[in-house]
Amino acid sequence: MMGKAPTVKPLLRIFAARFGSALRDLLPIIAVIVTFQLLVFRQPFPDVAGMLVGTMFVVIGLMFFVQGLEMGLFPIGEAMAHAFARKGSLTWLLVFGFLLGFSTTVAEPALIAIVAKAADVVAEANYIPSDGASRETYAMQMRLTVALSVGVAIVLGIFRILKGWPIQYLIIGGYVVVGLMTSVAPEAIVGIAFDSGGVTTSTVTVPLVTALGIGLASSIRGRDPLIDGFGMIALASLTPMIFVMLMGILKFGLRAPGLG
Amino acid sequence: MIDGLTTALLATSRDVFAVTALLLGFQLFVLRRPIPHLRQLLIGLVFVVIGLAFFLMGLELALFPLGTHMAEQLTSPEFVAGADTMRESPEWWRYGWVYLFAAIIGFSTTLAEPALIAVAFKANQASRGTISPWGLRLVVAVGVGVGISLGTFRIVTGASLALFIIVGYVFVVLQTVFAPKSIIPLAYDSGGVTTSTVTVPLVTALGLGLSATIPGRNPALDGFGLIAFASLFPMMTVMGYAQFAVWWARLRSR
Repeated sequence: MMGKAPTVKPLLRIFAARFGSALRDLLPIIAVIVTFQLLVFRQPFPDVAGMLVGTMFVVIGLMFFVQGLEMGLFPIGEAMAHAFARKGSLTWLLVFGFLLGFSTTVAEPALIAIVAKAADVVAEANYIPSDGASRETYAMQMRLTVALSVGVAIVLGIFRILKGWPIQYLIIGGYVVVGLMTSVAPEAIVGIAFDSGGVTTSTVTVPLVTALGIGLASSIRGRDPLIDGFGMIALASLTPMIFVMLMGILKFGLRAPGLG
Repeated sequence: MIDGLTTALLATSRDVFAVTALLLGFQLFVLRRPIPHLRQLLIGLVFVVIGLAFFLMGLELALFPLGTHMAEQLTSPEFVAGADTMRESPEWWRYGWVYLFAAIIGFSTTLAEPALIAVAFKANQASRGTISPWGLRLVVAVGVGVGISLGTFRIVTGASLALFIIVGYVFVVLQTVFAPKSIIPLAYDSGGVTTSTVTVPLVTALGLGLSATIPGRNPALDGFGLIAFASLFPMMTVMGYAQFAVWWARLRSR
């Protein structure tokens, strides 16, 4: 499946095959929307032309994305894993992992949307003054905290692959920490913390980090790509919760007893 | 439309730009070795940007307006109770359509999730073909569907989010003990990838719409949690499916 620098003609054939599978991926959603609109709401479609063009765009987009995945993101992750394994420098590998996690998260649009909402919630709960400047400062601090936590998650994930630690101890241990923090963190922070875990893993980061993990696991003797290669995405969804609640506790103190 | 395209292009190119800069920086200053097929890699990255831009723009044109509109309609008092205003505590079964819509929108959006496509592809490779990519995506999609449906049920009944999540994680821990060791990391990762481009906007609209129309709910607090459900349940279905497959194979070999 992994093509080696395809030239134009095979590329056309690949795209034709991708078109079919992208259409198949999309059919369920189209079926749901059409069924509900026609049978439940019994309404005609407001903008048929727009919907058709939009669906076409989604199919074309998936097609290009999957092709780019196989030509770009997967090989880059693997190439970096092999290059670092050859060079044998743990420090640089960890620096690379941290920067990868931090830089792909800090500008993530979903994260920017969530920290803006978080600033509103926190201001409403009177934790910070509700003027624009304090909200912006808080939102920025949140953004950096979450990006830092994803960087740490990748570093931890790489370290775990090298050591061969089973992922379940880290994840279950992490969720015990999350559970304990939930009961002492300021109440307004908890919901935000849970949601920030979900927004960190963007569509560009996931394939890259997965390929990096599997590349590392398969270039180190005694590691299994399936058992040791996966797990970094799970870590990257866990650490933001811990870091955001920790930041909440450090900034605003523990939750007042009897309120929660 | 041109506006949507520029925003989508900017958002994805920022990610890809960060990755490219990091890659070239490390190649030049740390690894000091040429990266094989660099030109092909860069073309691949351009494809990713183009692909995601078209994908997001298409979603914005075709899916999101209608999907969010449907979520709002389904949760409106007229649709649920047949009246202009909601009574103090509407019975949970009046929301049958909401649960169904939540389940199938969760299922179908997950099937089209690009990040999950990527993980499924890699899982197939790493397992040397044992895990079928389409099968993994189906199992994860069932998990998201069940999770979001149960999440809407929780919002309607006002049950404690923490209780649901804690019980869910206890269940995950128990499954971890019994599931085949090789599936566990992949199952955990499946929880993290489901909540991205396609699912989140539609699900958020559903959660906010629900908690805004039910009396006594605070959208800022009660609208949360759907995403948490969507990442919890795929872990269960993936491990559950692996357990089932092992059990089935043992049964057949007898």
